[in-house]
Amino acid sequence: MSGEAALPLLVLASSLLPGLVIFFLPEQRVALRTTLNLAGAVLKLALVGVMIWGVFHGVHYEARLPLLPGLDLVLRADPLAMLFVVLSSFLWLVTTVYAIGYLEGSPHRSRFFGFFSLCVTATVGVALAGNLITFLLFYELLTLATYPLIVHRGTDEARRAGRTYLIYTIAGGALLLIGTVWLYTLSGTLAFTSRGFLSGLDASLHGALAVIFVLLIAGLGVKAALIPLHGWLPQAMVAPAPVSALLHAVAVVKAGAFGIVRVLHDVYGIQFAAGLGLTLPLAMLAAATVVYGSLRALFQDDLKRRLAFSTVSQVAYIVLGIAIAGPLAVVGGLVHLVHQGLMKITLFFCAGNLAETLGIHKISEMDGVGRRMPWTMTAFSIGALGMIGVPPTVGFISKWYLGLGALETGQGWVIAVLAGSSLLNAAYFLPILYAAWFKAPAGDWPAERDFGRRETAWALLAPSLLTAFLTLAFGLLALAPFSPLQWASFIADLEYAR
Amino acid sequence: MPFAGVPWEVLIILLPLAGAMACFLWPRRALPLALLTALAVSVGVAGLGWQVVTQGVKRHAVGGWGAPLGIDLYADGLSLLMLAVTAVVALAVGVYARGYFKARAARAFWPLSLFLWAALNALFLSADIFNLYVTLELLGLAAVALVALAGGAAALNGAMRYLLVGLLGSLAYLLGVALLYHGFGSLDLAILGERVEASPVVWAAMGLMSAGLLLKTALFPLHFWLPAAHASAPAPVSALLSALVVKASFYILLRLWLTAFPPTDAVVAQLLGLLGAGAVLWGGMQALRQTRLKLLVAYSTVAQLGYLFLAFPLASVMGWGGAIYLLLSHAVAKTAMFMAAGNIRRFGGHDRIADLDRVAQRLPLTIAAFGLAGVSIMGLPPSGGFIAKWLLLEAAVRTNQWWWVVVLVAGGLLTAAWVFRVIGYAFTQARVPHAPRAVPVGMEWAALAMAVTAIVLGLVAPWPLALLAVGAPFAGGAGG
Repeated sequence: MSGEAALPLLVLASSLLPGLVIFFLPEQRVALRTTLNLAGAVLKLALVGVMIWGVFHGVHYEARLPLLPGLDLVLRADPLAMLFVVLSSFLWLVTTVYAIGYLEGSPHRSRFFGFFSLCVTATVGVALAGNLITFLLFYELLTLATYPLIVHRGTDEARRAGRTYLIYTIAGGALLLIGTVWLYTLSGTLAFTSRGFLSGLDASLHGALAVIFVLLIAGLGVKAALIPLHGWLPQAMVAPAPVSALLHAVAVVKAGAFGIVRVLHDVYGIQFAAGLGLTLPLAMLAAATVVYGSLRALFQDDLKRRLAFSTVSQVAYIVLGIAIAGPLAVVGGLVHLVHQGLMKITLFFCAGNLAETLGIHKISEMDGVGRRMPWTMTAFSIGALGMIGVPPTVGFISKWYLGLGALETGQGWVIAVLAGSSLLNAAYFLPILYAAWFKAPAGDWPAERDFGRRETAWALLAPSLLTAFLTLAFGLLALAPFSPLQWASFIADLEYAR
Repeated sequence: MPFAGVPWEVLIILLPLAGAMACFLWPRRALPLALLTALAVSVGVAGLGWQVVTQGVKRHAVGGWGAPLGIDLYADGLSLLMLAVTAVVALAVGVYARGYFKARAARAFWPLSLFLWAALNALFLSADIFNLYVTLELLGLAAVALVALAGGAAALNGAMRYLLVGLLGSLAYLLGVALLYHGFGSLDLAILGERVEASPVVWAAMGLMSAGLLLKTALFPLHFWLPAAHASAPAPVSALLSALVVKASFYILLRLWLTAFPPTDAVVAQLLGLLGAGAVLWGGMQALRQTRLKLLVAYSTVAQLGYLFLAFPLASVMGWGGAIYLLLSHAVAKTAMFMAAGNIRRFGGHDRIADLDRVAQRLPLTIAAFGLAGVSIMGLPPSGGFIAKWLLLEAAVRTNQWWWVVVLVAGGLLTAAWVFRVIGYAFTQARVPHAPRAVPVGMEWAALAMAVTAIVLGLVAPWPLALLAVGAPFAGGAGG
């Protein structure tokens, strides 16, 4: 097998094989399990590094396996795939370190890390999928691999959250399946093609194509948590913090948003979809989600719940940017895929630190926590300011491009949505920062653990600080080569061929 | 090729028969004898497979007489796939049963299951309708005896009902056979296919034979006997019944439909599809309502058999690939599921779903097997069940029969609902804890191996589907 075909498979295998081995490791083999986890994560990142260099220089990585007569399982590395692959493999490494620290001494870690690795395998499969059926396969695999992580704690509450998650995602998967089959019977192909493969179809099929679009977006919108399909996400926050990171930043919601990008760019083609009149309703749905998520976040006292509604809002930015259908807005949407991941994972890590170290779960318990855990709260503040869109964080870059893109295509109403949402973001994040830094502690923390001179365990603090640092760094160095912004512009250039 | 001329098709019928005899005569040596036989038969099936793949369809006149007087054995791609899945399931059940049965029950299990295997192999190789009757009857007898093996009132009751239903079904079938023989002077499928023309006698024969076979296949609403029989039997027997025995009568129906029966109008196909839809929905809902794991799995068999009949109104376009693929993957997945249910019952001493009590932690291999088999049965990728569902969906969309799309998807959602209901309880603590008993390792691994096979079937589909075309059993008309 040539290197071009082997590399995508190796990228998958670097998390799949360690994961399968970990399932069978006895609970007490901590050192071996940690080694396998980290070795897999580092190896994957190295392989991805090689691949991104190759893709930038025009190498065509593709692996194929016949799945059905006429339909292949295709893994292919194109620039858009690489954006997501890099994000998820990097955040996986960080989250693995964090999870090792977070779960230290808790039961069933072999099972946890096994499914954790499967999740990332599925996410990378979603990213590298070269056609819609391959995408569907990994998308469903992601659902299945996430479920055991959500119910990991084995409480009745966790089981209920898992059930809600499945009701949404399995139903969404069914819609996606119907849409995919239907599309295949009409077009005879499912291979992702730059600028879509449907524009050549007969005009009499345009009605059917619009219905299929709705089916596909509904199926993907479940994971992307577009309203009214977002209900599972706030409930799923009963899961351990590393799983929240996985849901909100690394894998699940991103897979949904990424799928919407794929459908718009490489199945329908943005111009064709706009011609069918499909992009404007999608943009409006995304805008409504942006506002609704922020509004709901305002009224949550549970920290993770507030962050969850914030995700609902922030992920919709990605969809909004794509659906505005202008080259600059697309850059904003795509780059937010990465930026939202960095910011939100920082926030969830910090929420996990607070819960693990001091037993804080509610915002009303956070008074004066900045003095007790200055590093954690510094990271949290950077993430929160990023979410509001304060320069020089990455959040500002995203919103800047979204706004420019809206103006470029003459859709000024989007500016109002962006401004309103930023205000709301400020309204639900700034009080937290104020309470943490400027109020005096109310008394004893709910459940404090002693970490000696440090504020909390290294394995928890280091990942939070790293992602917070990147939130600043990619904002300051947005124009450096291989920054997320540059890569997103590279993709947008391919789609719009300016 | 040194083995090119070996009559494997005869050997794979005689070997399990001989093995059954040997196990009966030397019960103390039954276990090694049975496993040896199982290996030998599997080699035989592989040998026959090699011949069919390289040389095409194989017809063997037993004793050199040939049709219409003698008995013909006939092997094409479809027979071969059925033989292969039978061998795979039988091997796994053999490994499983080794740990499952205590001394006394084992004495009866080995000869009976080998006898069942011989009957299945003979059935899948039969080329005439009377031979099919004989093998079907032998199969039914072996199956009834196996159900009774559990002992106790419930098992005997289940076995008795099973026996009566089976006899009724075979009787109806036999009447049809007599009518056809009287009308056309032949029992051979191929010859009948050439001679049969639509007439009242033929319709009557068709009706009788189909009704008998539908009863034996437990198609809704004739499924009433299945849950009790399949759930009361010992786990390895349940696996054999759900995976293979009900499929045998479906296989006969399919052969008749494709070769011997004259073409019918679309109404009959739609009607069968409608019954299939009823099975999918009713079976799924009943499965969801069960409180006992084995009964739940048995109801899921009712639902899955419904999918096979959904293929009748769809097969005109896409062929039978979807239905056959569903049959194969359901066979292995359901084997895994019954094995997992057996393990859970052995472990906790009961199979109440609400009291599973953290088996996910304490019996991880078994729950993994249950989960993976569930993935295939609900038709999620990657699995054999997904391939089958994709083919069926594609056919339904292509022919604009949207109502079948709805049924296919709704059936999948119902299945997902009960699979995850079970798995959810497997993660949580029960209110009434139970002292667990050890489960032999072989039983756990056998279940997992079958479940993984069901998943792997989702990645190798082109090969079985290509094999299915050997001998063009689905070409219509004189395919036999």
